[in-house]
Amino acid sequence: MSIAMAVYFGLKLSGEDQSIYLVGETTHGHHQIEMACTLCHKKAFGGAGVLQDACISCHGEEMKLVEDSHPKSKFTDPRNAERVAKLDARFCVTCHREHRPHMSGPMGVTLPQDFCFLCHADIAKDRPSHKDLPFETCASGGCHNFHDNRALYEDFLLKHSDEPDMLPIQKVAIRKKTSPVRPVSNRPLTPLTEAEADASFEMKADVHLMAEWSGTAHAKNGVNCSDCHTVKNQETGLEAWENTPNEHACKTCHDTQVKGFLSGKHGMRLASDLPAMTPNIAKARMKDDAGEKAMGCVSCHGAHAFDTRKAAVDACLVCHDDEHSRAYETSPHFVLFRNEAADSEKAGSGVSCASCHMPRFVHREEGVDQVQVQHNQSWNLRPNEKMIREVCLNCHGLRFSMDALADVALIKGNFSEKPRRHIESIDWAKKRVFEKKKKQEEGRGESSRSL
Amino acid sequence: MNQQMKQLSRLFLLGVVTFNMAACNTAKVESAPPGISPQVMADSLHAVMEADRTVYTKWIVNRLQNEEKVIKASEHWKDDKALVLPAQMFRMGAERVAESGKVSFSYSLISLWPVNKQNEPKTEAEKTGLAEINKTGKSYYTEETLGGKKYFTALYPDIAVAPACYSCHNDHKDSPKTDFKLGDVMGGVVIRIPLGT
Ligand code: HEC
Repeated sequence: MSIAMAVYFGLKLSGEDQSIYLVGETTHGHHQIEMACTLCHKKAFGGAGVLQDACISCHGEEMKLVEDSHPKSKFTDPRNAERVAKLDARFCVTCHREHRPHMSGPMGVTLPQDFCFLCHADIAKDRPSHKDLPFETCASGGCHNFHDNRALYEDFLLKHSDEPDMLPIQKVAIRKKTSPVRPVSNRPLTPLTEAEADASFEMKADVHLMAEWSGTAHAKNGVNCSDCHTVKNQETGLEAWENTPNEHACKTCHDTQVKGFLSGKHGMRLASDLPAMTPNIAKARMKDDAGEKAMGCVSCHGAHAFDTRKAAVDACLVCHDDEHSRAYETSPHFVLFRNEAADSEKAGSGVSCASCHMPRFVHREEGVDQVQVQHNQSWNLRPNEKMIREVCLNCHGLRFSMDALADVALIKGNFSEKPRRHIESIDWAKKRVFEKKKKQEEGRGESSRSL
Repeated sequence: MNQQMKQLSRLFLLGVVTFNMAACNTAKVESAPPGISPQVMADSLHAVMEADRTVYTKWIVNRLQNEEKVIKASEHWKDDKALVLPAQMFRMGAERVAESGKVSFSYSLISLWPVNKQNEPKTEAEKTGLAEINKTGKSYYTEETLGGKKYFTALYPDIAVAPACYSCHNDHKDSPKTDFKLGDVMGGVVIRIPLGT
């Protein structure tokens, strides 16, 4: 019997359907790829170390970029052995255990929420303002994060402490006309006319399609039909016309954008060699008729027209149907977006879905600044304080931003009112520094008297 | 430690490093050539650390911040587009060494008056050692067991070698001590070398 079982499971493991092994549902972060077991369980045995490699292969780069406040290196030093014994923060799975839906909290944390207590129990000694604060509120109250504190560290709070709700200049980065792409070939980027389009005669008869193409940056920069539609067969190596090219074609020129897309919830299944993501398997609420639309570059950008303004709002609302999304078109942000669209003078003043969830950012490469769009929408989504620096602070003060992001009802209504919650971090930081300085001055006075 | 001994330990360290590189990439302390005791190894490592730390503080931080006043040093060096603090420079090096996985010693900077609370003494050896080096101004050696592993632990006084050291600490909002002077012991460098297998 046991041999039969072993053979059965052995066959199953190498087969397509691995659902039988799913020991418990995964979190919202991994549910799309939960059937690709070997993505994380790279080896059958090996425990936390093997899993750690898998975590790092997808999340490692981000941890470095956000200057992780609790990097592994803090815990490998033997002087911290006692702490490691309490909480082995050298491994991601100590706090984020998968397949444990019953104990999985926000951010996929499977520890009781007061875990900060394990190492920071005596915090009130140094920060009297923290006396009697429950430890489960450290990370849930809008004040601290375990990993990313770039917008929450004390000196940052102080630096931005006096900002008004609305900054004098409210503007997001503006994309240049020639966006940073790799050229298709060494051909000069000269504009193409419809007559020069190199599709078949029948295809060129589609007036609508031809008009869309000739209006784009593609046609204006010499990107012809065949540049996207000629695809190399991976096995034979032969090139042939492809009617519906996928992200691999786009990647030829837009590689960082495609990399972002493949890292986020829209593209992670494709990145894992699974069939594309479709709205009907999403955990977030989607429109009923969004159904089985397969996610690729053109599902938001639309083939041929590639209208980025459409991609920034309309495309999202084709599928997304949660309260926050539905409230967008009645929000002040939407008014700004509409006004920008109507007046080219106002470039950078509109706030679309993408302005916050796929924000433009300045990427410096070899000393040259480029404005790019972050296509990984998970990049700044959770915990939401990750949005402060790259998004909110383009237009709002820090205090206002922190308060707004802590107000759940406000977020649901898509920021149509003023925040009703207040995060006291900035007030406490100011008070502490004021008192410390006073004490130090007094100390100095005394020591100079005693000299 | 006098100048001659420092020279000597620097040579020793060169020896250890060259030997390890020649022998194998994953040389562990245990495979150090016979004759080099943990103490000599620690002294040698410290000589290099201290030299680099002094050079960085004197000729980069103190010169450019305190003398020429062209750029500041800041904890938030990325946000402030500033120089990395000497303590951060030291820790970044220690982290790279740890991450390299090539060697098993570790080192850090600690103090009885830490700006950063994480740098206050944690283990018994650190507590006794710091008190001792503050009193004597000399290095301190002991053994300790942490996380079930035995270590040779050495502490060396960390001295205010330039005005940048004491002025920055004395003015820092989180510094528990505001009257450091040139030449004071401000804290200690702790080096740990695992013993046995
Ligand atoms: C521009 C400011 C600045 C300068 C210059 C500076 N320090 Fe520090 N030092 C700090 C800060 C801030 C920390 C805490 C940094 C950390 O751990 O991230 C620190 C950490 C330390 C520590 C570890 C204990 C603690 O306070 O957290 C010692 C010891 C120390 N410094 C000694 C020195 C000496 C000696 C020099 C000169 C060679 C020096 N520092 C120069 C700001 C400075």
